[in-house]
This record gives sequence, C-alpha cells and structure tokens, in this order.
Amino acid sequence: MRTLTFSEALREALHEEMERDETIFVIGEDVITHGGPYKVTDGIAERFPERIFETPIAEAGIMGVGVGAAMAGMNPVVEIMYMDFVTCAMDEVVNQAAKMRYMTGGQASVPMVIRLPCGVGRLLAAQHSQIMESWFMHVPGLQVVVPSTPGDAKGLLKTAIRSPDPVLFFEYKRIYTSTGEVPDGDHTIPLGQAKICREGEDATVVAIGPMVQKSLEAAVLLEDDGYDVEVVDARSLSPLDTETICESVSRTGHAVVCGEDSSFAGAASEIAAVIGENCFRDLKGPVVRVGSPHVPMPFSSELVKHVVPEVPDITEAVSRVMM
Amino acid sequence: MALSPELCKKMYTDMWRIRLFEEEANRQTSLGSVVGALHMYCGEEAVAVGVCSNLRDDDYVLGTHRSHGHCLAKGAESHRMMAELFGKATGTCGGKGGSMHIADFSLNMLGANGIVGAGIAPATGAALASKLRGTDQVSVCFFGDGAAARGTFHEGIGLGALWKLPVVYVCENNQYQQWVPRMNVAVLDSVADMAGSYAIPGVSVDGQNLVEVHEVAGEAVERARKGGGPTLIEARTYRFYGHSLGDEEQYRSSEEVDEMRTNHDPIQTFLLTMMEQDWLTEEEDMEIQNQVKDEIAEAVKFAEESPYPTPDNVTTDVLAPEQSDKSRPGEVAR
Ligand SMILES: Cc1ncc(C[n+]2csc(CCOP(=O)(O)OP(=O)(O)O)c2C)c(N)n1
Ligand SMILES: [Mg+2]
Repeated sequence: MRTLTFSEALREALHEEMERDETIFVIGEDVITHGGPYKVTDGIAERFPERIFETPIAEAGIMGVGVGAAMAGMNPVVEIMYMDFVTCAMDEVVNQAAKMRYMTGGQASVPMVIRLPCGVGRLLAAQHSQIMESWFMHVPGLQVVVPSTPGDAKGLLKTAIRSPDPVLFFEYKRIYTSTGEVPDGDHTIPLGQAKICREGEDATVVAIGPMVQKSLEAAVLLEDDGYDVEVVDARSLSPLDTETICESVSRTGHAVVCGEDSSFAGAASEIAAVIGENCFRDLKGPVVRVGSPHVPMPFSSELVKHVVPEVPDITEAVSRVMM
Repeated sequence: MALSPELCKKMYTDMWRIRLFEEEANRQTSLGSVVGALHMYCGEEAVAVGVCSNLRDDDYVLGTHRSHGHCLAKGAESHRMMAELFGKATGTCGGKGGSMHIADFSLNMLGANGIVGAGIAPATGAALASKLRGTDQVSVCFFGDGAAARGTFHEGIGLGALWKLPVVYVCENNQYQQWVPRMNVAVLDSVADMAGSYAIPGVSVDGQNLVEVHEVAGEAVERARKGGGPTLIEARTYRFYGHSLGDEEQYRSSEEVDEMRTNHDPIQTFLLTMMEQDWLTEEEDMEIQNQVKDEIAEAVKFAEESPYPTPDNVTTDVLAPEQSDKSRPGEVAR
C-alpha cells in the first residue's frame, strides 16, 4: 500500500491501463499542455505521444469522436474539463453512446469512459459547479461511477476503462488533493459494488462521493449521542448495489441518504426509493435525504455555505430518523 | 461615429477604467477579498471600447468569461461590479453571479458567460427580437478565438446570416485558449476567414489599435442597423495576464508578453495618437488617470462596506418571485 492523492491515483490508473492496452487513448481540452486542470493526464503525452489528443473547445465533437472511435474498436477516455460542459455534448452521450448497443441489436459496443470533474471547488458559481449524476442514471445504457477515495478512484477507473459500455466517471473537484491508501498491483473494483466503510447497528447512512468522508465524521460525532452508525459508500450509482444497501438498512432499521447534489430528483432520491420499496417492513423511521436545496450554485461564499451539505446536516438527519 | 476629441477622451478614460478595475480586482484577489476565477481583460481594452463606443444605450451586448471590459465599456458601474466580485448583496447580480456572470439588464448588457461560445446564438436571438419588435437595436456578441470551434458559433452565425439580423459578432483572437496556443488546436489562423461560410463580411483588425477597431466596428454596427445583416469582426489582440489567476503561463515566453506590453499596449498606442493630434494634454491625461484611480478606490470601499447577501437569498431568483414557493419542490413544511 502507498499513500497517493486522488489525482495521482487516477493518473496511475490511466498510465497502467494505457500500458496494458494500446487501444486506449485520451482526448480532451488542455490535456497535453497542462495535463488538464487537475493534472490527471500529466505525463501521458511524454509516454504515449500517439495516444493523447488535445482538442479545440468542441465538446460535442470530442464526445462524438469518442463514440465513433469506440464503435470502431478503440477505447477512448474522454475528459470534459468541467462536468457542466457535458451538457454541450448531450446528444453524443444520450442518443449515441447510450443507445448504440440496444438499437443495433447488440452489434455495437461503445467502450468509453467520460471523466467529469464536478461539484464546487473554487467559487465558480452556477455554470462550473454542477453534479447531475441522476441525469445519467436515468439513461439506460450508461453506467455512473463516483469514487470517494484515491484507492477507489484507481480501482474503479481501471474497471471503467475495461468495461465494454460507456461509463460516466464523476470526480469531485474538492477531493482531487485528498490522500489515501492505494493497494499495489493491478487493483480493480467491480462496478456495481457498494462498500461498507464503517459498521454500525442503529442507522445506515448511504453516501455518495465527498459525503462519504463527511458521513464518517458525522458517525464519530453521533457516538456521543449513543448512536452506532453504519456508513455505506454507494461508489457506483448505475449499476446500483441495492443488495448491500438494503441488507444494511434492513439490519439497522434506519436510513439516511447523502449526496452533495440537489436531493430533488437526485441520485439520493433513487436510493431512497429503492430503500423504501425493499426495506419498508424493517424501517423504524422515515428515509431522509441530505443534499443541496434545489437551486443553482450561487457565487458568494456566504450563500454557498447554505447550499453545500456539511457534517451537521448529516448528524441532524440521523437524529431525526432515530426519533 | 466620427472621432471628436470629446469621444476620444471618453474612450481613453474607458480604457483606463477597465485597466485599473482589473488590476485592482487582481490585487483584491491576492488579498483574499475577491474569490473564484478572475479572467483579466488587460491588453484587450481597445476591443471592448472600440466596439461599444459605437453602440447606443439600448443596443444589446453579450459577453464571455472575460467580460469585465465589455460590461464597463457598455456603461456598467465599477462599484457595483466590484461588489459582485466581493460576493456582496449590492453587486450587479446580488452576489449570485460573480466575475463570470456579470450582467446589467438596465444597460442591455445581457450577461457575461461561463460557457465558451454560449453567447453567440443568444445574441442572434436578441437581434431577432429587435427585428420582430421593429426597433433598430443592434446586438453585439463578444467571444474568444476558442469559441470559433464550437458548434454554437456555426449555428448562431448561420442563423444570423440566414435572416440578415442586426448583429455584430466580435471575435477577440488573443491567440490562446486557456493554456493552449490557438494554432496547436486550429487549422485556420484567421477567424475572419470563417465568415465566407455564411456569406457575410469578415474583417480582421488590429485589436490593439483603438482607432481601427472603432472604425471597423462603426461600419459593422451601421450596416446591421440599416438592415444589411451581420458582420464577423476578428480583433487580433493579446491578454497581458495569464488565462486566469494562478496561471503559470508555461505555454508562452515572458519575452513575448514583454514585447506586447511594451509595443502594443492599446492605451499607450492611443495616447500617442491623441498627443499627435493635440487631442489631449499631459495635464488632462493625468487628470483622467487620477479620476479613474479615485473611482476604483471608491469602488473597493463600496464593496468592502457592503453587506453580504442573507441566507434567504439562496432560494430566491430560481423562478419569478410569484413562483418562488415552488423552488423547493418535494419539501413539506415541518
Ligand atoms: C463549453 C466550454 N468548454 C470549456 C470551457 C473552459 N474554458 C473556459 S475559458 C476557456 C478558453 C477560452 O478561450 P477563448 O475562447 O479563446 O477565450 P479567452 O480566454 O482567450 O479570452 C476554456 C477552455 C468552458 N468554459 N466552456
Ligand atoms: Mg483566446
């Protein structure tokens, strides 16, 4: 085991996979000159100069090229500088990449990874802070992955690259510099597998992305109130590991679902619905979501702090479901 | 608009206002008062001022992520803009937008934009509105050379050309797109050459030369206003600072930047012209600079003393006020 930052772990996964399989290439804005805004593609141009493409500002073009190359046997890793700009390429993602296999009766395969730096970072307001995982969860044919630690980032990116179908890979900007242990060797994690990060008996907190770390912190605080909280990292939102989640909730009898995005029609809503459908008879309280209010991200730090959910929102929610 | 000494003094003042506003915003960022991204317009002042000096108050302007200059040139108040950068309630957008989203609808400045190339089709739409309402308002869209690669550029200009709308497309070709030199990712050096695809005039102009920009833009605005349809102007320009704050600028040499700052500063170039024509005395020059300095100092004071928006502002403005109850869907009063 070594300790790496989230960006370093992603970088390592890219380098190892590109070494292993020469159909893999990287494409995106500023990926050579700057290694992307978060330096994830740093060093690739030196090592694999033929397999990295720095593009003009043309998200629809970038994405479409990815889809075509994937159908023709390549394995593109597309970087969209900020996830907000994936909206400029929605036809390519939703009507093309997602539908190809089905519409062609299984002939087409679109093995591409779309890397999406997301969420608040520096204060960049409404067009540079979005998450929108649930948009893509809603589209059959797409897979949605959200790592929360460097170890998972590496293991999940490697698996995503090897997947025969498109993967939307969400990278929360705020955790690029966070550090964590990364297993040695060819570390891969299957898609669709949640992780129990902390065992507990009284309540289950299912968390997405950076909310996992905040939930773990909340769990420690909740010990003082006498609550023994289990924390489950969803890790993959589509496919969703309903089994691990529902087994945990049925055992504890209480559930809180935490995501950083707006909870209205968000990823947390789907998880809450799954829990409601499957665990109703074991639940001893309501299933509560923690997330942002349904507003665009404001600019002023004084407003942002009332939008992004933090540890106290989680402790409050757990206390509420335990009442 | 013919150049009178009065207009020249105004344009000169406007360029200084942009320059000093940006440098102060930069300083305030290093002090931590301004947060978020800051894409400085220094070096490109002659483009915004040269174009907007041909506009009426009711003409429309749409901008980019680098739009402080466009806003100021259209007449936005520096103190409210500075307050916006500070995230204060008195800012042009009440602290909700920040640097990349400054807008002032009282001046028909329909907004800066965080999405590259996003203003082009809406500028075309504003021009369509003028035509539908039968006014002779002109619409101007500023955008960077990077935007010329986006589909929105082709689609937006295509529609403007098809319907001969009163719109002027102004590309600020500063030869860089974030951290990438333009020619690393483009095949055509001149964006003006792309106008041929839409059968509209395409003009390339030295964006460091205020007089030239003013003239070229003047013709384009007049053509648009008289029903002659759109023009694509490419202003060849240069940004004196990095893409945004904290840029290490490894993609360009400091010699290149020094050369542009020394020999192609739009403010100094215009000052020389004015001196040669006896349009400005040294005393007047000092007076203008001091007056702008005072204005910017006032702007900072105003921003510092202004209150932050209150938490209840988080949920306002999502929809029109009478609908604002609905901005928290799915929530039941507890
Ligand atoms: C659709 C979209 N893609 C990418 C970005 C990120 N981005 C912001 S500014 C910029 C470079 C823009 O270059 P240019 O249009 O030449 O304007 P300049 O910064 O040179 O003024 C990029 C890539 C964005 N904001 N929007
Ligand atoms: Mg540029």
